[in-house]
Amino acid sequence: MSKLATQIKDTAESVCTKIQQKSKPTLAFPLRSLSNVNYHPKQGFFQLKGKKKVRTLTVGTVKTFAQTLRMMSQAKTLVEDDEIMTKREAYYVSKNWDDARFDEQPESDTVIDDIESLFQVNREQLGFIPEEKGGEIAGKLIVIDRDSDTKKKLEIDCTKFGSGAYSIPISVEHLKFETKAKFVLAIETAGMFQRLVKHNYWRKANCILVSMGGVPTRACRRFIRRLSDELKLPVYAFVDCDPYGMFNIYRTLKVGSGNAAHINRYFCVPKATFLGVTPQDIVDYKLPTHPLKDVDIKRAKDALKNDPFVKHYKPWQDSIKQLLEMGVRAEQQAFAVHNLNYVIEHYLPEKLSSPKKFLP
Amino acid sequence: MSDVRYAAKLSGPITTYDEGAEPMGKPGKKLAKLKAKAVKKVKKKKTKKTVTKKTKPKPKKAADKKADEAPESVPGKVEEKNVPRHSTAEEMASRQREISVAEFFTKNRHLLGFDNPRKALLTTIKEGVDNSLDACEEAGILPDVKVIIAPNQEEDRFRVTIEDNGPGILKKQIPKIFAKLLYGSKFHRLKMSRGQQGIGISAAGMYGQLTTGKPISITSKTSHNKPAHYYQLEIDTKRNEPRIIVDETIEWPVERGTKVEIELEAKYQKGRQSVEEYLEQTAIANPHVLLQFVTPEGETKKYKRASNELPVQPKEIKPHPYGVELGVLIKMLHDTNARTLQSFLHSEFSRVSSSVAKAICDKAKLFERARPTRIARQEADNLFKAINQTKIMNPRTDCLSPIGEELILAGLKKQIEADFYTSVTRPPSVYRGNPFQIEAGLAYGGSLSAEGLARVLRYANRVPLLYQQSACAMTKSVLNTAWRNYALSQSAGALPSGPLVIVVHMASVWVPFTSESKEAVAHYPEIIKEVRLALQECGRRLSVFVRRRRKAAESQRKKDYIQQYIPHIAIALREMLELTERQETTLVKQLTDVLERSRS
Repeated sequence: MSKLATQIKDTAESVCTKIQQKSKPTLAFPLRSLSNVNYHPKQGFFQLKGKKKVRTLTVGTVKTFAQTLRMMSQAKTLVEDDEIMTKREAYYVSKNWDDARFDEQPESDTVIDDIESLFQVNREQLGFIPEEKGGEIAGKLIVIDRDSDTKKKLEIDCTKFGSGAYSIPISVEHLKFETKAKFVLAIETAGMFQRLVKHNYWRKANCILVSMGGVPTRACRRFIRRLSDELKLPVYAFVDCDPYGMFNIYRTLKVGSGNAAHINRYFCVPKATFLGVTPQDIVDYKLPTHPLKDVDIKRAKDALKNDPFVKHYKPWQDSIKQLLEMGVRAEQQAFAVHNLNYVIEHYLPEKLSSPKKFLP
Repeated sequence: MSDVRYAAKLSGPITTYDEGAEPMGKPGKKLAKLKAKAVKKVKKKKTKKTVTKKTKPKPKKAADKKADEAPESVPGKVEEKNVPRHSTAEEMASRQREISVAEFFTKNRHLLGFDNPRKALLTTIKEGVDNSLDACEEAGILPDVKVIIAPNQEEDRFRVTIEDNGPGILKKQIPKIFAKLLYGSKFHRLKMSRGQQGIGISAAGMYGQLTTGKPISITSKTSHNKPAHYYQLEIDTKRNEPRIIVDETIEWPVERGTKVEIELEAKYQKGRQSVEEYLEQTAIANPHVLLQFVTPEGETKKYKRASNELPVQPKEIKPHPYGVELGVLIKMLHDTNARTLQSFLHSEFSRVSSSVAKAICDKAKLFERARPTRIARQEADNLFKAINQTKIMNPRTDCLSPIGEELILAGLKKQIEADFYTSVTRPPSVYRGNPFQIEAGLAYGGSLSAEGLARVLRYANRVPLLYQQSACAMTKSVLNTAWRNYALSQSAGALPSGPLVIVVHMASVWVPFTSESKEAVAHYPEIIKEVRLALQECGRRLSVFVRRRRKAAESQRKKDYIQQYIPHIAIALREMLELTERQETTLVKQLTDVLERSRS
């Protein structure tokens, strides 16, 4: 029996024992929020502080308790049989559980996240895989995969997708890499990614381009992390200049999130740095702007107050304050105002010439 | 003449039509101007006279004309040709004449509740039933009232019959009661009754006469060994006097009672503000009444009697000094038989002892032995102020006859199937010198619809008020009550929502209606406050019930919940730990014990 299956069994055993002793069984989950993480640059990612949420079986919690245990049992079967199940499939399997079934998928997703944090593993290890796509790669990278039938080695050259790109698979642990690139550029929008691919920017700059498509998925983060660790490549983030780009996207990429703190150690890229767009770039490049929305302002103020990552870095605090003072935001595609390829010809080369000016 | 005086009291506008007789303020000035101009235009006079002769010299028209012409006499239009015709004072005088109150209400029938055919039907029945109930109660007879709406050949006509087992009416009184407006026993006395003004039933008859040309028929019998009188009456609207069409003595096989038949243009509809609703609500507030209703389709509906107890007959009282207005005070001073001011105050008002009377005189700096008639001319104003500055006991309240908490409950239970009932009768209070008493009742849950807003049933002297809900002081109080404190939901400025019926009853010697059609109670702060206090008390009791019920439902829900999900915990544990089915069953039992114990 695998270590994880034993862990699950032990937990079930403790619940069972409590019931036999006629007392209320409990399950202790790490509290999944920003208030329960701290940041040390040495480790480089958000770590759980150890606050726990104890779920005691009461009348109010009996439904979730039952659902959690049933899902745990499901996970145990998956682990033992070395099977996988998408989160959507897990939701459908629950339809067999009569009254304990889930009405909507977000409910089952939450329970899966709970179990994941309970055992301090990622859900893929439990056999649950997400539906989401992992992001796209173009540029000087060869991915070595295996054919699932013949188990033969497959070499995938990411320069050979033309105007398309290589899709990051949901699980990336088995992949191996070869590259001669100098750095990885992680891009927020698919639109900007398309522009750089179209003009073969990766050849010009000798790099690997990654399209994150908003907040990077776990697979995407893991993929970049492995490039960063195993190929020793620097990772530069190129996102919109607004609190969403800075914190929801960049910060999650670099140090992880409060919600998934139990798995951050695998799923973030501590060595990533922030190329832009910075608030100073708005001034320097005279970018057209939009006023900050209320939700932007709230997110920025919240980051200043509660985000351990921001609290650790003075330059970030200064940048947020600068942005709040300016009261505007700018998108990475705003460079089009000067010239469609201004970003390739001027902005990126200029920024890349002095990586020390990047935000941490 | 007396009719006109009362009409004037009821409705201000009448006096303005009378201005020729007593020119007042502004209109007087206008008259003077017109006179001056008229002198110049002697020539035009003739042509105009013919014009005025053609038009029927109805007083109201004369008034309208005056209003039309007045703006045109503004200086600036000097040219004679363009100046429209003007009247001389003489001409105008020829058109100025007394208006009969009957004529006035013929034109303004909406004031009495005859705005449209549907409402006319309801008002007719309401006036008839109110009269029957008042008469029965005053005579100490348990009321037994039958209402019949019979269809006519013509679709929009109905024949309404209201029959009671009351004391009957003396022969010589019948014509005046049923075919003369503002004739009755209830206006002059201060005593709680349904009718107040003496307009209702005769107005209904007048409406029938107006829309169908048919007279009102009355059959009345005062004793089983006397014959019944049968009358057909019309109202002479010009003179406001009854015109007798048929006067017969007939056989009527009942003990005693009165039957009124009116044929009128009407529309019969069910639902809100319908005859059925009125009768149902009447049954709620008058549980001692047996009501029968025959619909135009021939169906008979019975509203059973829930109490054999007649309401206590309220006593008649004298006016309280605080409720008297200056004009009324002057008239009373004029008409009194008392020799001195002190005895006048003592004998004509309630709650004025000799010593209080003396105190009032002193405060007004008047000699207590002065003649009242002299005061009326000269110092009534001082006396009026002195009265309002002197502390006088509140009026007696035995003039009121509230329904009573028990009978409100009985009425509600009889007509509304609910889970919870409560009622409150407030102690009597006073507005403007008039004693009044507020009662409230609630019915909650049961067959009532949980969707939508609460239903408010308003009553004044046991009579349901169906129209003008939003204009009524009672509704305002319901809205202003914070129902959320009583476990109900309520949006801002709206009625509470939920399966709720709210009953509010105001009993008073004089209910201050906002109009003669008696649909809404005026917004006196004292009334609003009393209603609120009554509702709050009901609300507190309701909240105890609602909360207790919610708690019970909650605990049942929890119990179900436990039974629903515990098996799943056991299944999951069996799967993970490879337990036997017997172990699983044991686990379910143990878990149920653990949770049941913690539930309370």
